[in-house]
Amino acid sequence: MEPRPVTSASPRVGLFVTCLVDAMRPSIGFATLQLLEEAGCQVEVPTAQTCCGQPAFNSGDTKAAARLARRMIEAFEPFDYVVAPSGSCAGMIKAHFPEALASDEPWRKRAEALGAKTHEVLSFLVDVIGYIPKGRSFAATGTYHDSCSGLRELGIHAQPRALLREVVGLEMRKLEGNDVCCGFGGTFCVKYPAISNAVVEEKAASIEKTGAEILLGGDLGCLMNMAGKLSRRGSRVRAFHAIEVLAGLGQGPAIGEEG
Amino acid sequence: MHRTLEPFKTRTATALVDATLKIAIERTTATAERKRAAALSDFPEFDAARDRGRRIKDHVIANLDHYLIEFERNAKAAGTHVHWAATADDAARIVIELCRAAQAKRVTRVKSMLGEEIGLPHALAEAGIERVETDLAEHIVQLGGDTPSHIIWPSMHRTREQVSEMFRKAHKTPHEEETIEAMVESARRELRDKFLSADVAISGANFLVADTGATCTVTNEGNAELTTTPPRVHIVTAGIEKLVPSTAHAFAMLRLLVRSATGGDITQYTTFHCGPKSPGDRDGPEEFHIVLVDNGRSRMLKEGLKDMLRCIRCGACMNHCVVYRQLGGHAYGGVYPGPLGAVLTPVFEGLEKARDLPHACTLNGRCQEVCPVDIPLPTLLRGWRDRSWREGLEPVSMRAGLGLWAFVAGHPQLYRLASAVAVRVMRLFARGGWIRSMPLASAWTAHRDLPTPSRKTFMELYKEGQRSQGR
Repeated sequence: MEPRPVTSASPRVGLFVTCLVDAMRPSIGFATLQLLEEAGCQVEVPTAQTCCGQPAFNSGDTKAAARLARRMIEAFEPFDYVVAPSGSCAGMIKAHFPEALASDEPWRKRAEALGAKTHEVLSFLVDVIGYIPKGRSFAATGTYHDSCSGLRELGIHAQPRALLREVVGLEMRKLEGNDVCCGFGGTFCVKYPAISNAVVEEKAASIEKTGAEILLGGDLGCLMNMAGKLSRRGSRVRAFHAIEVLAGLGQGPAIGEEG
Repeated sequence: MHRTLEPFKTRTATALVDATLKIAIERTTATAERKRAAALSDFPEFDAARDRGRRIKDHVIANLDHYLIEFERNAKAAGTHVHWAATADDAARIVIELCRAAQAKRVTRVKSMLGEEIGLPHALAEAGIERVETDLAEHIVQLGGDTPSHIIWPSMHRTREQVSEMFRKAHKTPHEEETIEAMVESARRELRDKFLSADVAISGANFLVADTGATCTVTNEGNAELTTTPPRVHIVTAGIEKLVPSTAHAFAMLRLLVRSATGGDITQYTTFHCGPKSPGDRDGPEEFHIVLVDNGRSRMLKEGLKDMLRCIRCGACMNHCVVYRQLGGHAYGGVYPGPLGAVLTPVFEGLEKARDLPHACTLNGRCQEVCPVDIPLPTLLRGWRDRSWREGLEPVSMRAGLGLWAFVAGHPQLYRLASAVAVRVMRLFARGGWIRSMPLASAWTAHRDLPTPSRKTFMELYKEGQRSQGR
C-alpha cells in the first residue's frame, strides 16, 4: 500500500488485530477500530498481518520469530502508528522484535523504529491521542486485572482506569493481587497445565472475592484463561476486554456467551 | 549433584497435591512479600540504592581478576589461607582435606547455599565427619533429612506443627509448651554443647571485601559468631562473585539485601571475619581458610549470563514468583529454587537435565521488578530456551507443531484459511458458548473451559465490509 500524506489531525493507524482476537473474539477488534476512529484516527487493517511470533520467540525458536518479525515490520512500517488490543503483542513488537533481530543490524534498526510507534490501544488512547470517551454507560460492578506484559513492559496501569472511570454506572472494585500473573503465560498454560491451573485457580478465587459482576482486562489470552476458569468453577462473573465496554458492547455477550 | 530425581512433571504433580506444603509456602512467602513492601515504602531512596547496587556488582564483575587478586593479597596479609576451587568437587575435596588435617570429628556449619552447591553435607557424611547445622532452619532440614527449599528460609516447606513433632522425636529434652519460644529453646538446648565442642566451623559469606581481605556474613540468630569462635579452625567457602571493593560497598549492598530478603532494615547480626586469632586475642580460630569457588561462574561470564553474577541471594524473586508459590523449592530439583534457580541450575547440572526449569515460567517479569540488582531474569530464562532450541533439546512434537504453525503464520493467505477452518472445527465442540473438551486441547480443557470462537474470523468479517460490532 502506498503511504498517504499525513496530517497530524488524522494519524494513519495500522490496526494489528492479533491472532487470538482474529479467531476467538472479533468484537474486540471492531471495538478497537471504533474507538480509534472516534479518536480521529484513519484506521487500516493490513491484510499481510498474521501473528507477532511470540509463541516461537518464547519457545526458543528465535529464527522463526525473526522471520515473522520481518513480515510484521514490512506490513506495518508505512503507518504513523501501530495499535493492538493487547499489551502482550504490542510488547512483543516494542521490546522483543529488536532482540529477535539482534544479529541483523538493518532489520534491528527497522524493528526499533516500528517499536517506537507501536502501542497497546488503551494506553494509545490516553497517552498518545488524549481521547477519553465521555458518557458511555454500563451499569455494573467491575474489577480489573493488569496483564503482566502490558504492566511491566509497557507501563500500562493508570490508562485503563482513567478510561473506565468515565463509564457511567460502572463501579470498579480493587482486585487483590491485580498485578500478579494469572498463570496464562502463552504456551506455558499448555506446556505446564497443572501449574497454570493452580495459579489461575487462586486468581479466580480473588476475582470472586471482589464481588464484582464483571472482570475486565486488556489481553484476551489472560481473559480467556481467567474466564475459562471462572466458568469451570460455576462462577457468575462475566469477562470483557476493557475496549469492548468502552465501545458500548457491555450489553452484548461476554467471553464464552453465545452471541 | 548426588541425587537421582523424578522427572520435573512428576515432582510438580507431587508438590501441587500437597496441601500442607501449600500452607507452609503461603505463610512464609506472603509474609515476606508484605514485609518487603513495607520496608520499601519506608525507604524512598530504594531506586537509587538499587541502581548503585547494580553498578557496584557490574563493576566488580567487569574487573573480577583485579579484585580477586586484591582480595587474596589482603586476606593472606591478615593470616588467612586462600584456596582456589575450579569445580564443586574441588571445593568439597579441599574442605574435607582441611577437616582431616585438623583431625575433625565434629564440624559446625553456618547456613550457606554455596555449601549446598558444592555438596558439603554429602561430602562430610562420606568422610565420616559429624555435621551439626547451627542455623535453626538448617537444623530442621537436617532432622528431616532433606534439602533447603528456599535460600533464606531453608525449612519453609515445614509448618511449625510439623517442626514441633520433629523436635519432640529428635530432641533429648523437647519443649513442653506448644509455643515458638519453647521450640527455639528446645533447639538451643540440643545444639549448645555441640557449638562448643566442634573442631572445625564452616561458613559461607555474603560478601568478600577486597580491600581488607575480610568476609561478611549476616544472620538473625547469632549462630555465625557462636559457630566460628570456639573451634580451632574456621573454613569459609564463597563464590568468586561475592566480591565487593570495600566495606562501604558491602554496606551499600546490605541495605538492599536485607530489605529484599526479610523486610528488615538490617539483620540482627552482621559479622566480619578477617584472618585467624591474633596474638593477645582472647578467642577466635587458630587457622582461618577461605575457599574461593568458581564452579561455572567464569563460564557464565562468557556465555551471556553475566547479569546473573550480580545476584546477592535475597530470595525476593522466589517470594514473588507464581510458580514457586505453587511448588515450593524441592520441585525445582536443583540447589537453588525459584527464578534464580531456573537460571542457575542449567549451569551446574547441564541444560539437558534441567531444560524444564527455564520453560516452567510465565515470563511475567515480577521477579525482575523486585530484584534488588535488576537482574533481567525473564531475558536470561528466554536465553536458555533459545539455546535449548538450537541444541535440539526440545521435544520433537514441540518442534514439529511450532514449525508447522510458524510456516503457516509466514504465509498470510494460508494463515487466513487455516484460522477460518480452525474456528469452524472448534465450534463443532461447543455447547452453550463454551468448549468443555476438545481433541488436542486437553491441556487447556482439563482445567478450564474454552470460549467458543467467533463464527467467522475478524479478517473474514472485515473483508466482507463489517466495520463495527453493532452494525
